[in-house]
Amino acid sequence: MCLAIPALIESIKNEEADVDMGGITRRISLRLTPQAKVGDYVIVHTGYAINILDQHEARETLKLFEQLAKAAEEER
Amino acid sequence: MKFLSEFRDAGLAKGVVSQIHRRSKTPARFMEFCGGHTATILRYGIRQVLPATIEMLSGPGCPVCVTANADLDKAIALAQMPGVIVTTFGDMLKVPGSHSSLQKIKAEGADVRMVYSTMDAIHIAEENPSKRVVFLGIGFETTAPTVAASILYAEEKYLKNYYVLSTHKLCPPVIKALLASGEVNLDGLICPGHVSAVIGSRAWDFIARDYAIPCVVSGFEPLDVLQCVDMLVTQVEEGNSKVEIAYRRGVRPEGNPEALRLMHEVFEPCPAQWRGMGTIPDSGLKLRSTYQRFDAECAFDIDPGPTREPQGCICGDILRGVKTPLDCRLFGNSCTPEDPVGPCMVSSEGSCATYYLYGRNSGR
Repeated sequence: MCLAIPALIESIKNEEADVDMGGITRRISLRLTPQAKVGDYVIVHTGYAINILDQHEARETLKLFEQLAKAAEEER
Repeated sequence: MKFLSEFRDAGLAKGVVSQIHRRSKTPARFMEFCGGHTATILRYGIRQVLPATIEMLSGPGCPVCVTANADLDKAIALAQMPGVIVTTFGDMLKVPGSHSSLQKIKAEGADVRMVYSTMDAIHIAEENPSKRVVFLGIGFETTAPTVAASILYAEEKYLKNYYVLSTHKLCPPVIKALLASGEVNLDGLICPGHVSAVIGSRAWDFIARDYAIPCVVSGFEPLDVLQCVDMLVTQVEEGNSKVEIAYRRGVRPEGNPEALRLMHEVFEPCPAQWRGMGTIPDSGLKLRSTYQRFDAECAFDIDPGPTREPQGCICGDILRGVKTPLDCRLFGNSCTPEDPVGPCMVSSEGSCATYYLYGRNSGR
């Protein structure tokens, strides 16, 4: 029910945006994230962006996973 | 898909799993509040890769599942009124109320329409000016702002035929009620990711402070959940109880202030009836008096008659975390996703449906 997935904002008109969701373009509302810009990734739930995805934090988290995976590999 | 598939990488998962095994010494019981987390945990076999020290418990975080029969019956009664179109999210159609379901009465001729977004419901209202369009508002803090937005859209468009039947529920009050009951003992709470995207991780501070339970907000991909479990294990081993975020790309301590502002503009807290947990104070949302003309409870004379609970169904106990689907006599026999008896077998995030699909052999 709280399912939400990241989508890339391609264009914005008034309060609505066309976003790329894994190759499919969908129109969503930016009513809850008025500060969102073209090029932002937003987290989309039932046709609304509920938050802007922090791309820097996403990369930092992935970096951490890579370090852990490397450490586990070396232990073997 | 970017920012999604990377968090499903099995190679990356190995490092976190081995860290969890290395760190976890003390037996600990963690509850995933959210049905979306239950689905991730069972779908990706996360229980099977965790050490024997860790027990995972499913919580009440499935809005479809916790909706009381009395509320479902109201929606069904509304859809049976002449000139009314009831719109709602797909999950709600199959849920059995006391005597029928929205899907059954749709087959019998009622105008019930599944929508992806509240914006679709607004379009239906615009296209059908001679009909009264009711949106059955269901969901937690993730969804409530989108329903609030639809009411503001309706007001801006001068729509006179759009109504909301609000059965929205709030997460922190139910977790508080669950912990205060003393029925379940927890060593850690996996806090809901997308609810927290709206209300912020700070909303869970009271659990860490008042109940001394470690809290970590998690995303919904397998790596998110593993990172969350690792952070909970670390807190348990270090004797901490604080609120942390394992989903930093989506959740900030303060949440989404604009979504919260719209939600509070349109709704105010009210007591709400939860399946299996009774009425919990300030755990629901009703329309503020300023927006009463959009409130289906006020605009219609709804009389669904007495409610009836399904015989033998233990959804209530499952939602409180005191029983699992495998404890239910109906599970997989007279209750299946094709022909559900209780709501937990309907929703894709319901514990019973998830166990039926992925977890019949992963009872731990």
